[in-house]
Amino acid sequence: MALVQQSSPHAHRARPTSRIMLWVILAALPGLLAQTLFFGWGNLINVVWCIALAMGAEAAFLKLRGKPVAFFLRDNTAAVTGLLLGLSLPQFTPWWVSGIAVVSAIIVAKQLYGGLGSNPFNPAMVGYALALISFPVAMTTNWAEAATLWGGAPGFGETLAKIFAGGQTAVDGWTMATPLDEYKHKIASHTSAEVLRHPTFGELIARGWEWVNLAFLAGGVLLIALRIITWHIPVAFLAGIAAMSLAFGSNADQYAPLQLHLLAGGTMLGAFFIATDPVSAATSHQGKLIYGAGIGILVYLIRSWGNYPDAVAFSVLLMNFAVPFIDHYTPPRTYGHHKARRGVPGRSGG
Amino acid sequence: MTQLWDFTGGIHPPENKHQSTARPIRKADMPDRLVLPLQQHIGEPAELVVAVGDRVLKGQKIADVTNGMGVPVHAPTSGVIESIEQRPVPHPSGMADWCVVLKPDGEDQWCALSPIDDYKQLDRDAVLQQIREAGISGMGGAGFPTDIKLRPPRDRKVETLILNGAECEPYITADDMTMREQAAEVVAGLKVMAWILRPSRCVVGIEDNKPEAIAAMRQAVEGTQIEIAVVPTKYPSGGEKQLIQILTGQEVPSGGIPADIGVMCQNIGTAVAVGRAVFEGKPLISRVVTVTGEAVREPGNFEILIGTPIHHLLETAGLAQERLDRLVLGGPMMGYTLTSDTVPVVKTTNCVIAATAAELPAPPPEQPCIRCGQCAEVCPMELLPQQLFWYSKAGEFEKAEHLNLFDCIECGACSYVCPSSIPLVQYYRFAKGEIRTQRAEQLKADRARERFEARQARLEREQQEKEQRRKERAKAAAEAQAKKQAEAEMAAADGQASDDRAAKAALVQQALERKKAKAAAGTQEQPAPSSTEVADDKPDIEALEKQLTQAEAKLNTMQGMLDEARAQQADNVEKLERAVAKNHDRVQRAQQALDQARKQAAEEPASSQ
Repeated sequence: MALVQQSSPHAHRARPTSRIMLWVILAALPGLLAQTLFFGWGNLINVVWCIALAMGAEAAFLKLRGKPVAFFLRDNTAAVTGLLLGLSLPQFTPWWVSGIAVVSAIIVAKQLYGGLGSNPFNPAMVGYALALISFPVAMTTNWAEAATLWGGAPGFGETLAKIFAGGQTAVDGWTMATPLDEYKHKIASHTSAEVLRHPTFGELIARGWEWVNLAFLAGGVLLIALRIITWHIPVAFLAGIAAMSLAFGSNADQYAPLQLHLLAGGTMLGAFFIATDPVSAATSHQGKLIYGAGIGILVYLIRSWGNYPDAVAFSVLLMNFAVPFIDHYTPPRTYGHHKARRGVPGRSGG
Repeated sequence: MTQLWDFTGGIHPPENKHQSTARPIRKADMPDRLVLPLQQHIGEPAELVVAVGDRVLKGQKIADVTNGMGVPVHAPTSGVIESIEQRPVPHPSGMADWCVVLKPDGEDQWCALSPIDDYKQLDRDAVLQQIREAGISGMGGAGFPTDIKLRPPRDRKVETLILNGAECEPYITADDMTMREQAAEVVAGLKVMAWILRPSRCVVGIEDNKPEAIAAMRQAVEGTQIEIAVVPTKYPSGGEKQLIQILTGQEVPSGGIPADIGVMCQNIGTAVAVGRAVFEGKPLISRVVTVTGEAVREPGNFEILIGTPIHHLLETAGLAQERLDRLVLGGPMMGYTLTSDTVPVVKTTNCVIAATAAELPAPPPEQPCIRCGQCAEVCPMELLPQQLFWYSKAGEFEKAEHLNLFDCIECGACSYVCPSSIPLVQYYRFAKGEIRTQRAEQLKADRARERFEARQARLEREQQEKEQRRKERAKAAAEAQAKKQAEAEMAAADGQASDDRAAKAALVQQALERKKAKAAAGTQEQPAPSSTEVADDKPDIEALEKQLTQAEAKLNTMQGMLDEARAQQADNVEKLERAVAKNHDRVQRAQQALDQARKQAAEEPASSQ
């Protein structure tokens, strides 16, 4: 009789990493749908292209590292990285710019650090920041003008041609500055009411963008409901932005108003899908609150006083740096102890 | 309504309890042999008090602990002690231990029993002694002697006595079925324990997935002050620390025991055993065991004699051998797999799961940790399982300990939810084991150092005392000498008669001094090479050579010993160092003497020619 020898526990709940990642992808679909509906085919093409390239780069590098390719590819994490880049890059980003972003995300930010679980920085945001610094023109002038699929957005073929054969230059009538960019540059010389007359803001808050952000918010709520992420990081992130806006930016003639901060740009995508990447985020609840709030504050700082119209990538990367430090000082209080044991062994007690 | 608190974390695994609650508690037939391990409790193993070949009666004490902590072992039926030998016992390692093998004679004849009619008339110590003599140790898991547990330290008054009927582990229903069918016995035993401890509160905690047990217990406690607390089903609510938190809102201090906060937990089965020991005088010779899993056709609970081999139990429940894949002793969360089905049921055995491969499948291969933190979400001790995992894997045990590794109760909730199917608990067990080993080695090294230092101090003291004694002797000798001289002078002054004697003494003195001077000169200067002396020395060259080789050989041996001692950091390094130095000098002297002798030998023929 050959009985199985196994250490406890003998029961396991079957929700493997691959399924968690699949849920993340599914939860992002409403946002992608909204992007496609309000800004045309660009994001969808980007997403497909980035996922394909991410899987390819991951497979190639895993083979190079002598790791089991299928075993790791099946965890779907490379696909999520590709997805996040495709969702956050400008709609008409030339294929090679997004390609460089994806390849550097997978190879430099992930595999060179040891692959899944070992990367200190959010891979997608490393790729995004690299592209933004290296190709500032391509990364800022290729945002699609908000135009619904049924109301004047460029067709699928045209978009495909623009991305894969269109060069780096913008096409007038297709692209437009993002609401955050527009507000930031015009507010110095105009009043808030004058700035908001620009078509990029539309009738509500930020034409198209508000729906995209709400769709990502809905997807994020689903992830929380499924217990794939906890509420701590997104809520702290949004609270950080809100607190900064209320404290420093209440004058709409000087700074973008709060609703624009929350519902324009990559706020909701960043809060629920990017900042919550578990590998590069803080671990304890308290740590997650600090981490999320830090990102929110940095997003506001860079948007208001920095050189970039949006700032999720840089803010996430900066807080990634701080994660080991945050983790060090925010362990929970263990049952039966008076207080949490912070710091390193031998230097502080609890 | 009892106020309840919640504990953090926890999981809701499939309960799988209905399979074994459909049938009432059954009895199994008598097995061919009963195997009774001498150590079924925490403490010292029991020693045999009967001889091999003796016939023993049911309930007769066959082994007892005379020195140290422990409880006796009794014969579960009448029969003959066939042997005492090493047999596999229930243990994760599959190790063997000393067991008494009893061959039942089929008569099941009881020994004389001494029940207590009215325990309240007795001294508490007498009742505790009755409990000890019944061989009762905690039947929930660890097997701590119950009589000792019921004597908490004087300064730790137990205010709350908790009877743990939570039974949160999936599959196990032994306590559930016991409460359903033997609620009155449970309460009777609980009352005895309450009378011993005199707590201000006595509460039975039962998970809300056991409505029948709750109803039976409610009925049994009617008219008493015992509370029945229905706690929400969540694993591990039956963990001692968690149940205490649920029922009292208090936490057991890290490294402490529940009595530190005035609480004590007892097990359902233990309560029944205490009741039987007191009211019927019967020792602990049987217990209720759940036999379940998809590889048995008739899962259920059995009132089974201690010492019954597991395979006998499985056969009674209708084992389908071909479907059996994994045999788990205990529950699926904290139980361990058995290597053999010959191990016996012991006092702490509560469940046997005969699982098929589909029922408890092997976990998928371990993937990298993605720091998702689900382990921390479910940890009932509020630890950081993933950090503990990183540090355990990296061998950074100091950091793991700093993050309270030793507060881990190994409930398995973290491993259960891990999306990367990392065997987290196994990593913690490994780290704990390594740390314990390191501590033991450190302790050993510290003791060796202390011993060495004490020895050094002793040697130094002895040396000083020796020196002291030598000085005293020298002083005494000098005084005696001075006294003698003074006497001699007095005698000289006395008169002519002693002149001769004094002159003689002076002559002797002079001769002695000359001799002394000569001796001193001899040691300082090389002896003058006179021809006669050389002639005497000549045959000695061979002897000197021999002496030199001997000295060299001895030096080598000593050096070898010293090197070895240094490598092992033995206590005698210093001593050996001195010995080597001494031998080194000896070799040098021998070499010198030999060289000298050779030189002389070379000169001799020249001078003689």
